[in-house]
Amino acid sequence: MTLLETERVIVAPSRRGTTPRREGRGRGGAGYFFVAGYALLLLAFGVFPTGYAFYLAFTNDRGQFTGLNQFVKVIQDYRFAPAFTHMLIYLVMWLVTLVVLVVLTAVILRSRVRPGTSALFRFLYYIPGALAGVASVLVWLFMLDPDVSPVSWLLTSMGLKTFAAVLAPGNLPLILMLIAFWTGAGGWMVVMYGALNNIPDEVLEAARMDGAGPWQTAWHIQIPMIRQWITYMTIMAFATGTQLFVEPQLLQTASLGRVSPTWSPNQLAYVYAFQQGDFNGAAAISVVLLAVGLLAAALLVARSNLFTLDEK
Amino acid sequence: MTQTALFLTAVRRRIRPSRTLPFLVVGLLLALLLLFFVLPVIWLLLAPSKTAGEVVRDNPLSFGSLHQIGTAWRHLFAFQDGAMLTWLRNSAVYSGGSLILTLAVSVPAGYALALTRFRGRKTLLVITLVTMIMPQATLVLPIFLELNRFHLIGTIWSVILPFSFYPFGVYLVYIYFGSSLPRDLLSAARIDGCTEWQLFSRIALPLAKPVVGLVAFFSFVGNWNNFFLPYLVLPNSEQFPVQVGLNQLLTSTPSFNPVAGAGLNVTIPELALAVIIAILPVLVLFVFSQRTLVSGMLAGASKE
Repeated sequence: MTLLETERVIVAPSRRGTTPRREGRGRGGAGYFFVAGYALLLLAFGVFPTGYAFYLAFTNDRGQFTGLNQFVKVIQDYRFAPAFTHMLIYLVMWLVTLVVLVVLTAVILRSRVRPGTSALFRFLYYIPGALAGVASVLVWLFMLDPDVSPVSWLLTSMGLKTFAAVLAPGNLPLILMLIAFWTGAGGWMVVMYGALNNIPDEVLEAARMDGAGPWQTAWHIQIPMIRQWITYMTIMAFATGTQLFVEPQLLQTASLGRVSPTWSPNQLAYVYAFQQGDFNGAAAISVVLLAVGLLAAALLVARSNLFTLDEK
Repeated sequence: MTQTALFLTAVRRRIRPSRTLPFLVVGLLLALLLLFFVLPVIWLLLAPSKTAGEVVRDNPLSFGSLHQIGTAWRHLFAFQDGAMLTWLRNSAVYSGGSLILTLAVSVPAGYALALTRFRGRKTLLVITLVTMIMPQATLVLPIFLELNRFHLIGTIWSVILPFSFYPFGVYLVYIYFGSSLPRDLLSAARIDGCTEWQLFSRIALPLAKPVVGLVAFFSFVGNWNNFFLPYLVLPNSEQFPVQVGLNQLLTSTPSFNPVAGAGLNVTIPELALAVIIAILPVLVLFVFSQRTLVSGMLAGASKE
């Protein structure tokens, strides 16, 4: 039973009865009291900014309705297509690597390694997660600088003899993928391992009795049973992936300006807002990003019954 | 178990693979991943013990001297008259303040969503789920404009208030109460004359310890490492949290900024030391929290 199935179980029976409820005298007065603070923050920092972004994206700086003009303007910007292409390349690389390696490693750690060793490995894989954000980029700047890197032999053997060669713009998706994987994958491996651990032993035992090897058990039983966790990870990783800002920004600084300052869509929106003073254009980019993110999430959610809220 | 049955038919058609090859592949994969995850950490811990020259010339994984760590420490804290200390204090205030606010707001909200009935409950739940999977960075610009309109830019509230909005925390509390606090228990207490507030504070809250820990962990770590929002809303260096401070430190080092950084004592060992100090609170949390984290993440799952 996964977290998300539990969700369905919790929600479904609670609404089933249509008998009058005695709880919460005055029809949920207590409920309103308890959610008031959160609802306020949700309005101020969730609903309002979203609405405001849409308002800005469809108007100009004098507040006049301009239809899709802002979108047309930013999409025709010569920096728009590259920024979104960069993000797309990075996202595909990052999601594929993440899903394949995290699931594979979690399965191996669950079924092919002794529990003590497995716990140690999980812990060591998970530690770099503490260095998220700016710290991780700084560390990787050093890892990728042939002058100081502990794996400079590897960099040199790949023909990357100078820091400048490593930071060639074409390498950026790969570099960002390495950084994201380094900080993020360990935590997900821990979660996936926990999910695998929840599969009842009898199920695995039954498979073994019927002659299944560990790989077949993994492919036909374990992975299908943690599918919803994999979807959940993909959605979350996708959402973080669309937020690229500080990482390319720092790499841009470190490359002494050879990497474009509008490498990612968020950077482009930032330049629009704070260097060109065009908040409407910036909002249009945000809305496009938001639409892409929600569309992808909605697709995954619909296909996987994740977060099912409907009651039968 | 229909899945097992399906699987069995699939398996019978296969040939058993040999044992040694998979073992080698598995070992190699785990070892490579271990190097990938751990090597940068070891390098980072060793770098401050060397001079800038030694970092380049010596074996990357050698230890320099304790004395040199002291020197790097002095150089780092001399930067802009101890800016590092100010940044750390700011980070503590921002992350700590929003942590308190997050818990005060999201625990009652999750409780009410799971265990009380009120009109609009489902709408609230759906909006929470949607904002949860929304790319947060896309809202940073409109939030900036909103804060600007209310003249909050440059105040600590411009960071603490948006940080305190944490739908994922509400969702976790909601799942937790929904799966671990039987509704009948509350009904019984209600019949015994408990007020709604007593139900929450005497029955639900004492039970919520594990999920409070979980929300606190995610909220604190996320906010401590957040960069984009404080970068936009805080104009002065004295107000920076340490993540934004690291960015400034990087842009003022001679290695990455030959013009403005010339003559500064902040080089690779100082940068490495700054990174270690900046992430230390989070690192400590990480070291002690792995087990609680998993059990908490799967709290909803292990039930039933």
